[in-house]
Amino acid sequence: MLKLESRGYNSKLLSYASPLLAGLLTLICGSILFVLLGKPPLETLYTFFILPISDLYGLSELTVKAAPILLCAIGLAICFRANVWNIGAEGQLLMGGLIGSWVALSLLDAEGMWVLPVVLFSGILGGIFWAIIPAYLKTHFNTNEILSTIMLNYISLNILLFAVHGPLKDPNGYNFPESALFSSATELPILFDGTRLHLGAGLALLAVVVAWVFLSKTFIGFQMQVLGQDARSAHFASFKEKKLVWIAFVVCGALAGLAGVAEVTGPIGQLVPNISPGYGFSAIIVAFLGRLHPVGILFASLLMALMYMGGEMAQINLGLPLAMTGLFQGMLLFFLLACDVLIGYRIVLSKPKNKLLTPTTSSISLESK
Amino acid sequence: MTTPDDQDEYRLVLEGISKQYPGCLANDNINFRIKPGTIYALLGENGAGKSTLMKIIYGVVKPDSGRLIWEGEEITISAPVQARRLGIGMVFQHFSLFETLTIIENIALSMEKSDSQDMDALAIRIKEVSIKYGMELNPHRLVHSLSTGERQRVEIVRCLITDIKLLILDEPTSVLTPQEVDTLFKTLHQLSAEGTSILFISHKLKEVKALCDFATILRHGAVSGSCRPKDESTTSMAKMMVGDETPVGHDYKKVIGGDDFLTVNNLNLKTDDPFGITLKNIDFSVKKGEILGVAGVAGNGQSELLAALSGETILVEDGKILFPNSDLSKHSPLKRRKDGLAFVPEDRLGQGAVPDMSLWENALLTGALQGMVKNGFLIRKVIEDYTDLIIKQFKVKCGDRYSIAKSLSGGNLQKYIIGREVLQKPKCLIAAHPTWGVDIGAAIAIHKELIALRDNGAAILVISEDIDELFTISDRMCALFDGQLSPIKATSDTTIEQVGSWMAGVFDEQPIT
Repeated sequence: MLKLESRGYNSKLLSYASPLLAGLLTLICGSILFVLLGKPPLETLYTFFILPISDLYGLSELTVKAAPILLCAIGLAICFRANVWNIGAEGQLLMGGLIGSWVALSLLDAEGMWVLPVVLFSGILGGIFWAIIPAYLKTHFNTNEILSTIMLNYISLNILLFAVHGPLKDPNGYNFPESALFSSATELPILFDGTRLHLGAGLALLAVVVAWVFLSKTFIGFQMQVLGQDARSAHFASFKEKKLVWIAFVVCGALAGLAGVAEVTGPIGQLVPNISPGYGFSAIIVAFLGRLHPVGILFASLLMALMYMGGEMAQINLGLPLAMTGLFQGMLLFFLLACDVLIGYRIVLSKPKNKLLTPTTSSISLESK
Repeated sequence: MTTPDDQDEYRLVLEGISKQYPGCLANDNINFRIKPGTIYALLGENGAGKSTLMKIIYGVVKPDSGRLIWEGEEITISAPVQARRLGIGMVFQHFSLFETLTIIENIALSMEKSDSQDMDALAIRIKEVSIKYGMELNPHRLVHSLSTGERQRVEIVRCLITDIKLLILDEPTSVLTPQEVDTLFKTLHQLSAEGTSILFISHKLKEVKALCDFATILRHGAVSGSCRPKDESTTSMAKMMVGDETPVGHDYKKVIGGDDFLTVNNLNLKTDDPFGITLKNIDFSVKKGEILGVAGVAGNGQSELLAALSGETILVEDGKILFPNSDLSKHSPLKRRKDGLAFVPEDRLGQGAVPDMSLWENALLTGALQGMVKNGFLIRKVIEDYTDLIIKQFKVKCGDRYSIAKSLSGGNLQKYIIGREVLQKPKCLIAAHPTWGVDIGAAIAIHKELIALRDNGAAILVISEDIDELFTISDRMCALFDGQLSPIKATSDTTIEQVGSWMAGVFDEQPIT
C-alpha cells in the first residue's frame, strides 16, 4: 500500500521552484505526446511557445489574452487566501460581459467621456451581482461555495446565450446570434496603434499592484489570510468571518466582471456567444501556479495566455487539435499539484495493513499525515 | 557490561537505541532495562524523547539503531499488534476509544479475532478483571457517557484482559482527580505485585516518588541519570530533568485582592455539542490584584466557560458578566479587549497563534489595538518593535521576528503568547492552562510574569488542570465539575484533598480528613 509521509520540513525555495519544475515536466510530457502524434517535438514546441510571440504584434496579442486571465486570477487568489473556494470566476466574467453589453447597447447613441466608465462600472456590478449569490448562500445557509459557484457558471452561460439569441440580438444581423457592434464611445481605447492592446491590460496591471498592497499592507487583507490559514485563530481574535467572506467574493466578482466587460468593449466589440474560452477556469490554475501572489500570478497569466495562442498556432500550422491547449493546462495543474505534494511529503511503500484495525493504530497513522 | 546470563532476569533490555528525526535527535544511544514486578518511571521534560522511546517499545516507531531484547531474545517489534501479542500494553495520554461504541465493543476491536467472537464471555471477563483490580466497569455502557477517569480504566482493562507482561502508561494522571490517582496507584501496585512490569511516564515528580521503584531521567534525548525516587527529593529529581542552571520550586506571597473587578453572575450556557458541557449557575468574581485559580479535570466545562468569557460564544440567557460594573456579556471579543481584558487561549497553535504565520504577524493577531493599524493600513514599525519587545522581555528562544510560529517549541510559543497579552497591560487577564506541556524553566518564567501582573493591580483568572500550579500561584481557588463551580476559598484555607473532592463534584462544606 502506498502512503504519504511528511518529510518533516518545508523548503521555501522548493515551494517557489515547484511551478518551474511543473512547467519543465509539462514540456517533457508534451514533447512525448507530439512524438506519439508523429510531429517533430522541438519544432512543435517552437510553434507552441516561441512562434506566437516572435514579433511585436504577437507580444501585444499575448497581453490582450493575459489581461482577463490576470484579472480573474487576482480575484481568485484573494478568495483562496481567505479559504473561500470560489470556482465561479468564469460565470462572474460572463455576467460582467453580459450586463456591460446590455448597458453599452442601451447607450449606442450616447456621446461623451462618461459613457465608457458607466459601461465598465455596470460590467463590474454584473460580476459582483453574480458573486454575492454564493456569498449570501455561504454566509446564511453554510452552502458549499465550490458547488454553488460551479452551478452558477452554467446558469450565467445560459443566460448569456439566451440574451444573445434573443433580446440583445442585432435586429439587422441576418439572425446571427450576435449583438450590434458597440459605438466608439463605449469601446476601450487602444494603447498602441496597430495592435489590439487596450486599456484593459493597464487596468489588470493596476489590479496586480492594488492586490499586492491589499494583501501585504492592510489589516483587512491580513485578517483574510488569518481566516484562510486558521479559522479558529481568526475567531479568537474577533475577526468577522462573514464580512471577510463577503469582501473576498465581492472583490473577485468585481475583477472578473471587469475582465468580462473589458473583453466585450475591447477586442470583441460586441456581445457574442463565446466571449471567453474558459478564462475564468484557467485563472484557477494561474492563481495556484503564481503561488497566490500577485506578482507570481502576473507571470503565470502570461504563460497561460501563451498556451492559448500556441494552441491556435499549432492548429493552424501543424493541424493539431485545439484540445491541445486544454491538455497542456491540465498537465500543468497536475504536475504543479504533484510537485507541491512531493515537496512536503514522500511516498513510502507500507506493508499490507494489519488485520486488526484498532483505534490505537489508526490514530497513529493519522499522526503521520 | 551485560552478559547473556544476567539478561535473562530482565523482561526487556534496550541497548543503544537511537532515533533521528529530521532536525532533531530524539533518542541518543539509550540503554534501559526492565525487570518483572517492578515499577519504572521515565522522567523528562517535553521533548526529552520519552514519547519516542515508548513508541519504539510499542512498535509504532522503528529505531535507527540499537537492540531490543525481550525475555532474553533479540527481537524487532514492527507493529503495535505484535507488541500486544508479546504482552506489551500501552495506555496513551490521549485515549483511543470510539465514543459511540460500548466498552465491550471497544475492547473487542483491539483483540485477536478468535478471542473476540463471544461477546457475552468477553463482557463477563471485563467485569471480572475490572473488579479484581478495583476499577469496576459496566461493560455495556457507551464510552461517551463515561467520565475521563472511567475511560482511562477502559484503556487499562483493555491491556489487562490479555496476559500482560509490560504495561506502559503515558502521563496517566494528567486527566485524573487526586482521588482517582490514588485508585490508579493501588491498581498499579497490585499489578506489579503479580509480576507485571510497569513503565510510568510522567513529569509529576511527587507521583513518581510515591509510586515508582526506579526512575530513569531523559534529557535532550539521552539518559541523564537514574535514581531510586524514594531516596531522592523532588527537587533533586527536578534538577536532573532540567539541568542545574534552572532554579526549581518557588513560593509566591499570597495576597488578598481589592474590589471585585470581573464578576460573573448566574451564567448559564447550554451546549449544542452532544459531548459538550452545559454551564450551570456559574457565579464568581475576580478581585483587583489577585489570581483566582479554577481547577478541574479537562472536559468539565473549562472550554465553554472560556468561550463565554472571551466572547467567542455570546450568552443568550440572562447571565451577566460585569467588568467592573458594566455588563459585557453581549460584547464581541474585540470590544472586550478594548475594555481591558486579555486572553490566553487553551490551544497555543491554531487558536492563540496561526501556525504558519511569522511572529510579527502573530503579534498583530490580538495586538491590533496597540497602535498597529492606522486607517486600515499596517504600521510595520510598531508591530515589529512590539514583537521584538515580547521576544526580549519574555526571553523567547526563536530565530527572529520572522520565525514561523510553529517552528518554536511549545514553551517558547507559550511565553510569546503570554508576553503578547501581558504587554497589552490588561486590567484583567484570563489565562487557560498557561503552562500546559511547557518545560519547568518556561513554567517558572510564566508564573513570575503572572505574579508581576497581579502585583501591578490586574485581576487574573487562571484555569488549569495542574493542581500544583494553582496552589503555587493562586490567591483563591475553586474547581469546575460538570459545568458547575465549587465554593471559592483562599488557597491558604484549603487543601489538595478538598480541591480534589471539588474536582470530583463533592462541594459539601464538611471538612475532609
